[in-house]
Amino acid sequence: MKNAVGREIPDALLTGGREVYQGKNHMDGRYIQKAAPKTRRCEKPQESKVVESIAQALRQCKAANGMTFSFHHHLRDGDYVVNMVMQTAIEQLGLEELTIAATSLGSAHDPIADYIEAGKVVGIQTSGIRGRMGEVVSAGKLKTPAVIRSHGGRPRAIEGGEVHIDIAFIAAPTSDCMGNCRGIGGKSNCGSLGYAMTDARYADHVVVITDCLVDFPNMPASVEAIDVDAVVVVDSIGNPQKIASAAARISQNPRDLMMAEDVAKVIASTPYFKDGFSFQTGVGGPSLAANLFLEQYMDDRGIRMGWAIGGICGPMVELLKKGKVGKVIDVQDFDLDGVNSIHQTPGHFEMSASQYANPANKGAFVNKLDFVVLAALEIDTSFNVNVLTGSDGVLRGAPGGHPDAAAGSKCCIIVTPLIRGRMATVCEHVVTVTTPGDCVDVLVTDYGIAVNPLRPDLIQCLDAAGIPHVGIETLKEKAYALVGTPDDLEWEEQVVAVLEARDGTILDVVRKIRPFTLG
Amino acid sequence: MEILKPAIAGTMESSDAQVTIEPGTAGIELTLTSSVMNQYGRQIRSTILETLERLGVASARVTVVDKGALDCTLKARVECAVFRSCGQSAANIPWGGAVR
Repeated sequence: MKNAVGREIPDALLTGGREVYQGKNHMDGRYIQKAAPKTRRCEKPQESKVVESIAQALRQCKAANGMTFSFHHHLRDGDYVVNMVMQTAIEQLGLEELTIAATSLGSAHDPIADYIEAGKVVGIQTSGIRGRMGEVVSAGKLKTPAVIRSHGGRPRAIEGGEVHIDIAFIAAPTSDCMGNCRGIGGKSNCGSLGYAMTDARYADHVVVITDCLVDFPNMPASVEAIDVDAVVVVDSIGNPQKIASAAARISQNPRDLMMAEDVAKVIASTPYFKDGFSFQTGVGGPSLAANLFLEQYMDDRGIRMGWAIGGICGPMVELLKKGKVGKVIDVQDFDLDGVNSIHQTPGHFEMSASQYANPANKGAFVNKLDFVVLAALEIDTSFNVNVLTGSDGVLRGAPGGHPDAAAGSKCCIIVTPLIRGRMATVCEHVVTVTTPGDCVDVLVTDYGIAVNPLRPDLIQCLDAAGIPHVGIETLKEKAYALVGTPDDLEWEEQVVAVLEARDGTILDVVRKIRPFTLG
Repeated sequence: MEILKPAIAGTMESSDAQVTIEPGTAGIELTLTSSVMNQYGRQIRSTILETLERLGVASARVTVVDKGALDCTLKARVECAVFRSCGQSAANIPWGGAVR
């Protein structure tokens, strides 16, 4: 059945009331029955929940074949915990038919590809999938199609019982003996633990893995002891160098700066740019640089940013310290400036993934956003964005909070160069739709700006401000004139990944790529 | 033109292509790898073959490692490798003639 972004969704996937994507806010007003976990009573006072090893924690939590283990990705490419747990479960305890439900996975988790090939890991639910794991899943070696969700879609699916977590593993920079966890104060700090919060509340069992045991009580806790079964102390939960980079630097690339300046111009031309406005930006070159130019416009108009959300890094912390933004609410930290600021700088708060972006709750921050500035691997002439699959059709990205912030915000700006090497970023059809075009408002490229025709109000704003813009078709033609018209990718029938829209409908599928021959 | 000795042009940098050309006997034997193979492999191959034909190269073993180069870059790298392989890259390049 064809969905609202023109993608053919196999009927075999539309079982149990599952629907295809029908446009944004389609599920508004429906009721959701929340799924409560089955948890063990810890009535008798315990001195400590610290156990000797991951294996012992797994046994205590009755780990068994066919279970779903959950993980969060605040340790990013420095994470050791996913591999540590899966190795213990599979090689020491001999478990199989396991599903990994992670908030995201990266190239740090390459060894998991072996467990997929060996048939020990049979399911993957994640936002991001990259490296070897992306390759083996794209090659059709995972027993069931991977399920890709946004950061808001994941807590929605957990709360609604679509994902049942048997054991959640919390990688904690610090924990006390009862399992109160924080992302700071240890040796492998990551700052916010926002993505782990829903997991801890909805999993049957919760195991904390830390490399820094601190005195009880570790307060204020991000994950609370009331949800934790066991605490394991290991030598190291991750490589600090890869957890948080020294500082996200603002790009010096003149092309990035030019696009960033255009982004700020567009923002300043809209009626939403007024005292107290709200903002989210990514950490990509031009998106991050937009901060710099925005600050100039704020100074010129004598206004302040009310609040900012998202993945947080140095430039946003700096605005907070200068008093140019009222509050920063943080689901993940990207650099040491962010890590060292959360809970320290007044006004820098932590939030859960659900609070950040869940479309099924009653107060997600994304729904109050005025502006979001995001990147794209590809954007097509219907403004659909792909941030998941490469130009070879292989899984190598992550929707992350992209679809959530795009859908919730009043003005979603995509900023990307027109071409990358020989790849046309603006194209006829994106390989995979990860953010539907009805959520995207403005495209800024190095060759021009295009406004979604669904937003005549924004077109008027740009015209009134004298900002030149063109049709997105013109940008696509310019791109193809430079790099040539790409051939269509060739696919097998087999679906290797299902891409859920944030509301739980099916937005797209990724099929197995057919090996390319010049023929 | 006749390929007299092995020659190489270009780099492995992103947006470039490295072209290696060696004497051959059985027409054009092309080995192509590309970072954009699925979407542009066929166009890259025809650009290389057309450039060789324009230069009058009938026999050669050609290896191209493409890192997402545009057509103009591919042509330039192939032309340079060919002229180097027949020792003619120092002077008298037929600008505007066979090389355009």
